[in-house]
Amino acid sequence: MTTVTTRMAEDATRISDHRWLRFILRRSGRLLVSLWVLITASFLMIHLVPGDPVRSALGPTAPAAVVAARRESLGLNNPLWEQYLHYLQGVLTGDLGVSIGSQLPVAQTIAQRLPPTALLAVLAFVLAVLIAIPVGVAVAIATQRGRARGLELGFSSSSVLLGSIPEFLLAVALVAVFGVQLGWLPVAGQQGPSSYILPVLALALGPAAVLSRIVRLEVLAVIETDFVRTAQSKRLRTWKINLRHVLPNAITATLTLGGLLLSSMVAGTVLVETVFAWPGLGSTIVGSIQTKDYPLVQGTVLVYGIGVLVVNTAVDAVLAVLNPQSTVAEG
Amino acid sequence: MRTFRLMLRTPLGATAFALLALVIATAILAPVFWSDQAAVTNTGDLLAPPSAEHWIGTDNLGRDLLLRTLVATQLSIVLAVLATAVAVGVGLLLGAAPLLLGPVLGRPVTWLTGIAVAFPGLLLALFFAAIFGSSSGAAVMAIGLAGAPSFARLCQNLIAGIEARDFISAARVGGVGRFRVLVRHVLPNIGEPLIVNATIGAGGVLLAFAGLSFLGLGVQPPDYDWGRLMMDGVRGIYTNPVAALAPGAAVVIAGLAFNLVGESAARTLGIADDAIVTSALRRRSLRRRQVIQPEAPAPTSDDGLILDVQDLRVTFPGATAPVEAVRGVSFSVREGEIVGIVGASGSGKSMTALAVAQLVSDPGQVDASSIRFLGTELRTAPKEKLRRLLGTSLAMVFQDPMSSFNPTMRMGDQLAEVATEHAGLSRREARGLAADRLAAVRITHPARRVRQYPYEFSGGMRQRAMIGMGLMLTPRLIIADEPTTALDVTVQSQVLELLRAIRDEEGASVLFISHDISVVAELCDRVLVMNNGEIVEELSARELSSAQHPYTRALLAAVPHMDTDLTRPLATLKEAGDAEGSAR
Repeated sequence: MTTVTTRMAEDATRISDHRWLRFILRRSGRLLVSLWVLITASFLMIHLVPGDPVRSALGPTAPAAVVAARRESLGLNNPLWEQYLHYLQGVLTGDLGVSIGSQLPVAQTIAQRLPPTALLAVLAFVLAVLIAIPVGVAVAIATQRGRARGLELGFSSSSVLLGSIPEFLLAVALVAVFGVQLGWLPVAGQQGPSSYILPVLALALGPAAVLSRIVRLEVLAVIETDFVRTAQSKRLRTWKINLRHVLPNAITATLTLGGLLLSSMVAGTVLVETVFAWPGLGSTIVGSIQTKDYPLVQGTVLVYGIGVLVVNTAVDAVLAVLNPQSTVAEG
Repeated sequence: MRTFRLMLRTPLGATAFALLALVIATAILAPVFWSDQAAVTNTGDLLAPPSAEHWIGTDNLGRDLLLRTLVATQLSIVLAVLATAVAVGVGLLLGAAPLLLGPVLGRPVTWLTGIAVAFPGLLLALFFAAIFGSSSGAAVMAIGLAGAPSFARLCQNLIAGIEARDFISAARVGGVGRFRVLVRHVLPNIGEPLIVNATIGAGGVLLAFAGLSFLGLGVQPPDYDWGRLMMDGVRGIYTNPVAALAPGAAVVIAGLAFNLVGESAARTLGIADDAIVTSALRRRSLRRRQVIQPEAPAPTSDDGLILDVQDLRVTFPGATAPVEAVRGVSFSVREGEIVGIVGASGSGKSMTALAVAQLVSDPGQVDASSIRFLGTELRTAPKEKLRRLLGTSLAMVFQDPMSSFNPTMRMGDQLAEVATEHAGLSRREARGLAADRLAAVRITHPARRVRQYPYEFSGGMRQRAMIGMGLMLTPRLIIADEPTTALDVTVQSQVLELLRAIRDEEGASVLFISHDISVVAELCDRVLVMNNGEIVEELSARELSSAQHPYTRALLAAVPHMDTDLTRPLATLKEAGDAEGSAR
């Protein structure tokens, strides 16, 4: 009897280990496939450009011999499959080709430009979460069961408004007020900590507003659940109920959305960097699209895309640890 | 049309439509009136700040920026609508790919959209902008294609919702071409949510377009849209910040107009455009508040009474008048006694249990002349004393073991926190005690079980664990609210057996709430029969078979027996109500 139950229990544990393994395999598989699609798309980009990409990059006045030589050095005259294999090999070894404009290796430019952008996105995300969770939880608790209608209305309308202002407009407004009118903060470039304040705020405020609405709605929903009533029946202190029972269960949806916001923030850096003349990847991608420097565009698109994939995978992983039931079981 | 009228009736809908009407009117009329004036250059008045003549100043050629912002409405809106149309059209084709191309060719398309949807729209727009180049037309294509994956995902879901319906299958069997099936049969059935989402999407597309033009990758001079005006305005931000902010404000207002019209249409049509929001709204309940009544004359209570309740009432605000869920109930529970409260759903038995446990939340209102637990008057006890007393001496077991545990916390920790909170145990000691208590409620391998999450427990195990949680300290009363209802019969008898054993071994009293009179008869010493918020009969379990009250007899009659005549319909409580009526 005892041995039978022991074996059953061990089976149960093994099944849950097996679930984790399957979950990790499936997610890694999805990541690899997405990466492959991304790399292939960035490879195809230069071939999808109507006409001769080198001619449009160098302009109509460039001598035909120069164009031909540049085509040759970019390998554009080789068969497509050979170019593709070469591109794949290059990406895997960190060789992203050479810029048509500056003749510098694309990888070198990206290595220079990536850190300021990554820092901007990470700081903005951290700030957005640090604002959204306390505000959302506090407003939810204050407005639960229809209390404080005035606060609810004020919060809803102001967060909708703030959330619908695009980050580049917010950036311009912040520059106009704090940079130009008040002259408190630098308006362009990246020199010292104070130069981070306005770009980070411009990126963070909108997502913080959106996220705090979600946090509030999730907390309101969790407060009504049976397990919160169970926690109340244990006569825990209210802050413990909120911290241990409400918050972890409200965080799942918050994080799912937060992940989406973080990847859109990665893209949002493009616009904000343009406003602040930030020496990052965003200015690089915009500049290289304008000058039709296709190898540089390919490289930056690839890096942005990888950034988004990494963020999404990281969010999935955190969700799986926080809420193993829904994430792992569903694969 | 009816929808439209319904929408206008809500404040949100009316505001949204007024805003959108204003935007569209400006888009149509502004170029007619001011197109020429907006192009007039004035070299004597370059980059001027706002003045009476030029309300938001002039640009680098001395052109009036207010007029240019108004005139730009047309191009901005038209381009946004075109790009939305591209997004919806391409999205529909991609989303309908399994239907149009068959499953073999359709699956890779579905699969690719799934990957593309994970990337932010702006990144996709930049990708396509790099391919198509910088012009208005290229930007329409770039933003349209960038928006297509999310519309494809929407269409997939919508089509999956109706694909299995008979008329689609019938059309297919009837040999109707695939594209015709899409246009004639599928599209009309997904049109409404698609249009609503397209309207909401148009707001986002408008912002995206402004962004692309702002980067210099959209509209090119001499044309101008709001994004382009902002781009030019930012260059002169030191002399005239309004030049950049005014077109920006126009973008936000127009974007909000589309968004709000879509949202209010979604609300009116009952389309769940945001599952999180709607679920929260659905779950949000009414207001509840507990009112402490002035001290009533203290009733005499014998020693040996664990719980004594006098004239308990629970009221909820109703649509017209307050609804009384419990109407003046009085009862008591003695030491070591198992008291059952039985009644049909809606009889007020669960509300009685929650009121005793001080767990009725707003808007429910609990009144009583006395609720004494272990000699302490709960209505007037200081909050902290109440928390201690109830935390250590009262245990609750709820109906649904599947939803009554926190899914994100290990079982052991959920049990342990009772002891760390009220008995000052360390976390390690409390975990040890939790394992011990799980063993006490006959859960095997407690040391391993405490590290598991609720989803790794079966329903019956969770209910036993819930009882184990009540045993972490020394409960004098266990209130079990329909603890066996969600369980199957064999597990049910285990739980009943466990409650009886706890009474015998620990001396705890039990208040057992159930709709199942046979279970109550089996377990309890004394039974209170509730109907319509009142106790209609109180009797010992032995007397139950000879109950006098027609409602009690009806409850008993509703239990099928081995010798119940199965050729006749089973007895229902409706007959009980009739019986009660005739008895009066």
